Amino acid sequence: MTNEVNLNNTYTEIEAESMVVRFSGDSGDGMQLTGMQFTDTAAFLGNDLSTFPDYPSEIRAPIGTVAGVSGFQVHFGSKEIYTPGDEFDVMVAMNAAALKVDLPRLKKGGVIIANISGFDKKNLGLAKYPETADPLEDLTLDNYILHKVDITKNTKECLAGTGLGTKEIERSKNMFVLGLLFWTFEKPLDHTIKFIEEKFAKKPEIADANIKTLKAGWNYGENTEIFNIRFKVTAAKQPSGVYRNITGNHATAIGLIAASDKSGLPLFLGSYPITPATDILHELSKYKANGVKTFQAEDEIAGVCSAIGASYTGQLAITTTSGPGLALKTEAIGLATMLEIPLVIVNVQRGGPSTGLPTKTEQADLLMAMHGRHGEAPLAVLAATSPSDCFSMAYEACRIAVEHMTPVILLTDGYIANGSEPWRFPIEDDLKPISVEFLGKPNGENGEILPYKRNEKLVRPWIKPGTKGLEHRIGGLEKQDITGNVSYDPLNHETMVHLRAEKINKIADYIPELKPDTGNDKAKLLVLGWGSTYGAIKTAVREAIAEGYDVANAHLRYINPFPKNLGELLKGYDKVLIPEMNSGQLLQLIRAKYLIDATGFSKVQGMPFTTTEMKAKIVELLNQ
Amino acid sequence: METVLENEIKLTSKDFATDQDVKWCPGCGDYSILKQAQTIFPELGVPKENLVFISGIGCSSRFTYYMDTYGMHSIHGRAAAIASGVKAANPDLSVWIVSGDGDSFSIGGNHFIHAMRKNFNFNYLVFNNQIYSLTKGQYSPTSEKGKVTKTTPFGSIEEPFNPSELALGAKASFVSRTLDRDPKHMQMVLKRAGEFKGTSFVEIYQNCPVFNDAAFFAFSDKETKKEEAVFLEHGKPLIFGHNDEKGIKLDGLTPVIVNIAENGLSDLWIHDEKDKTKANLLSRFFDTTFNGEDLPRPFGILYADERPVYDEGMTMQIEEIRSRKGRMPLNKILSGDNTWIIA
Ligand code: SF4
Repeated sequence: MTNEVNLNNTYTEIEAESMVVRFSGDSGDGMQLTGMQFTDTAAFLGNDLSTFPDYPSEIRAPIGTVAGVSGFQVHFGSKEIYTPGDEFDVMVAMNAAALKVDLPRLKKGGVIIANISGFDKKNLGLAKYPETADPLEDLTLDNYILHKVDITKNTKECLAGTGLGTKEIERSKNMFVLGLLFWTFEKPLDHTIKFIEEKFAKKPEIADANIKTLKAGWNYGENTEIFNIRFKVTAAKQPSGVYRNITGNHATAIGLIAASDKSGLPLFLGSYPITPATDILHELSKYKANGVKTFQAEDEIAGVCSAIGASYTGQLAITTTSGPGLALKTEAIGLATMLEIPLVIVNVQRGGPSTGLPTKTEQADLLMAMHGRHGEAPLAVLAATSPSDCFSMAYEACRIAVEHMTPVILLTDGYIANGSEPWRFPIEDDLKPISVEFLGKPNGENGEILPYKRNEKLVRPWIKPGTKGLEHRIGGLEKQDITGNVSYDPLNHETMVHLRAEKINKIADYIPELKPDTGNDKAKLLVLGWGSTYGAIKTAVREAIAEGYDVANAHLRYINPFPKNLGELLKGYDKVLIPEMNSGQLLQLIRAKYLIDATGFSKVQGMPFTTTEMKAKIVELLNQ
Repeated sequence: METVLENEIKLTSKDFATDQDVKWCPGCGDYSILKQAQTIFPELGVPKENLVFISGIGCSSRFTYYMDTYGMHSIHGRAAAIASGVKAANPDLSVWIVSGDGDSFSIGGNHFIHAMRKNFNFNYLVFNNQIYSLTKGQYSPTSEKGKVTKTTPFGSIEEPFNPSELALGAKASFVSRTLDRDPKHMQMVLKRAGEFKGTSFVEIYQNCPVFNDAAFFAFSDKETKKEEAVFLEHGKPLIFGHNDEKGIKLDGLTPVIVNIAENGLSDLWIHDEKDKTKANLLSRFFDTTFNGEDLPRPFGILYADERPVYDEGMTMQIEEIRSRKGRMPLNKILSGDNTWIIA
């Protein structure tokens, strides 16, 4: 950071490579929207960034309590950013509970913008501060730069005489915060003004109030002498191109649409609302004009079953869910495995078991995705590494499902599903083609219909009901090889079990090989990750390499089958470290398959790894 | 009925038989159902390739293998959920669910009620034998109270479902009942179901000679049939009895059995398929006594009143929105509304 005192105005400008800001308040304080607006503006101005919405599972937990605190964290910078950041540089605390929850992760010397009205006796009591405590006045915050602002009062004053009710005025106070933050970070208001105008196009009085408050927040920073620091984070050097900001769930949704478009198969989603996957259903429900059919089923089982029905008719069929829902769908996924029809199951993982931690993240469904069916029912398993990677992997899941006639489980998780990042999105022509073939006439040499006759990929034909002359029956009972008739023959069953497994293994010929992401293909240590741990691993490995450590990282997006060269790649390293937000599930798979003594690094706290803890582990292993 | 070819198609019942050996027990009521279905399908005029049978698990659900159409023998209880996806995805198909009392009212109960409510344009056949037969004889959700089975050696203490009442309660638009031992009646009901637009629920009393023999014989045996059953016809009075000597009339909302010789015909209850109130009453001619009197079990179409169907609604909404907003090009979806350029 460079400090320079600006002599014309009475503030100090601090230039920083990257900053982490945490918006923290009550669930009703609009912190998510505030954070997102701040993020959009930062993205427009060319910062690379990563966000982390962190909210309670209760929709409206009791106001003012610790349980009701809703946070939005954004890490933005002039360098490449892969995580939302371990600690915050600046935090907004709309009330005492917010301060209590998030203060432990504010950097020493960090900035607190506290809303005075949120720290009255009542709020301090609700946040369960001791009777005598008053954090804004006693010396407990001495190690930080504390700005006390009466956000509520300022908002009220700003909107006095507008004729708006108390409730509406209350609701605008997040705009004051946003305006103040824009001033603090030297960011313009116009992007948010445009957003407000569009959002409240039909309610101009509300739009005016919000814009007025936003500007008041900015002016407060500009005019109040106590507000004396500004931060400057210049644009990042990112690859040139056109960017948008995207969350993982949104990226998943449009990945599915893109696959539908490129394959020419109509998109069908059978789903049941479940946190944190529901946003995919929300998003896809908007694309009716593109023929997307979304079916909100009566339960999780009907969600996957309706998708199986749609796939049977020759459509690109999807079901979206989270862990508890995946558990309910397992029997039907077994059916799809037996039917050998395309099906994409998106599991946005959350903390488990049971209801677990609905709004918190975890990667503990990997083994369920791999093995969670009765009998031996192998299927393809993919995992997305970041919000925008959800697009690529959703697309890949569809491609593999259709081209290999198999169910595919795509694992994302709450962290990347709700988190966002700038995305240099592809155009239509960049996308890999998806080839689809339907059987049009009998495929037997003597004119018979052979639904389970396989091609060189061991893939059976897709046959659409409605095709004349191809009437046939399929089902969950074991199939006779080639004819697909019901068969209880012992040797046939064994053949079919092997064929179903071999078909999945063959997918390895149609996916990319694994390369080290950072570092070389020979080193003392390889950090092997999968899914959403990518950002923390990559950042930590980069830092370690910069400090002279001999380390690399590789990241698995294809888990079943593994990339063909994985065994070879692993041989290039003395040690392999596998960090996971579970108790060591990929670790088991890697050890079992490649017989190597990999080391696990586990975190199951409903929270992503921090870069700091990741790097500490790397250093620890390398110094052993 | 979903799809009619413009040129007459000449299919016969044989066209619907498959090369698979039929494997139900000798004397099973399922044979009759298969035969009646194969008989009426040529008359429905749906091209064979557009017919799809979806079944769950149970003796009934083997049905799919014996119809030379498209078919899926799926998993226990889920036929309706799968059929919902089939029909939503391709409304041009004529979809038939084949299920049993355990499959539909126990493990698949949730899908059953929602199928009734959502009103897909498909047909839902439940072969009710009041027993779990494929698992060799346990009581089912339609078994009568007191039923002695392997899992209820001292008699069942459970109240059975009344399927018609359940279907009506779940907003079914077509509710009917027929039985395996009355081929002509079954053919009539199946045809009506096929022609009806909406979810057509057909409960078929099916004898399981192995685990629950003769459960419904009272409704088909010569000696008892006319006393125990009343056969409904739209626009006709409710008449039953050995010599058609009894009628049913309504005293307010209470059905009363009258002697036709004394009462005459003029004020008898005239069956009206579209009258939901009467259908609700009819459905309760099951285990409810009215004024201490048991009423005969109704067979035929208890209720049939068309209302908008789900699959059409879904298609229409898509078309309406598409014509208003136009298809969004993929590149536009990829870019979204807010982009920025980094040079
Ligand atoms: S067990 Fe009963 S229902 Fe099943 S096939 Fe045999 S007779 Fe029919």
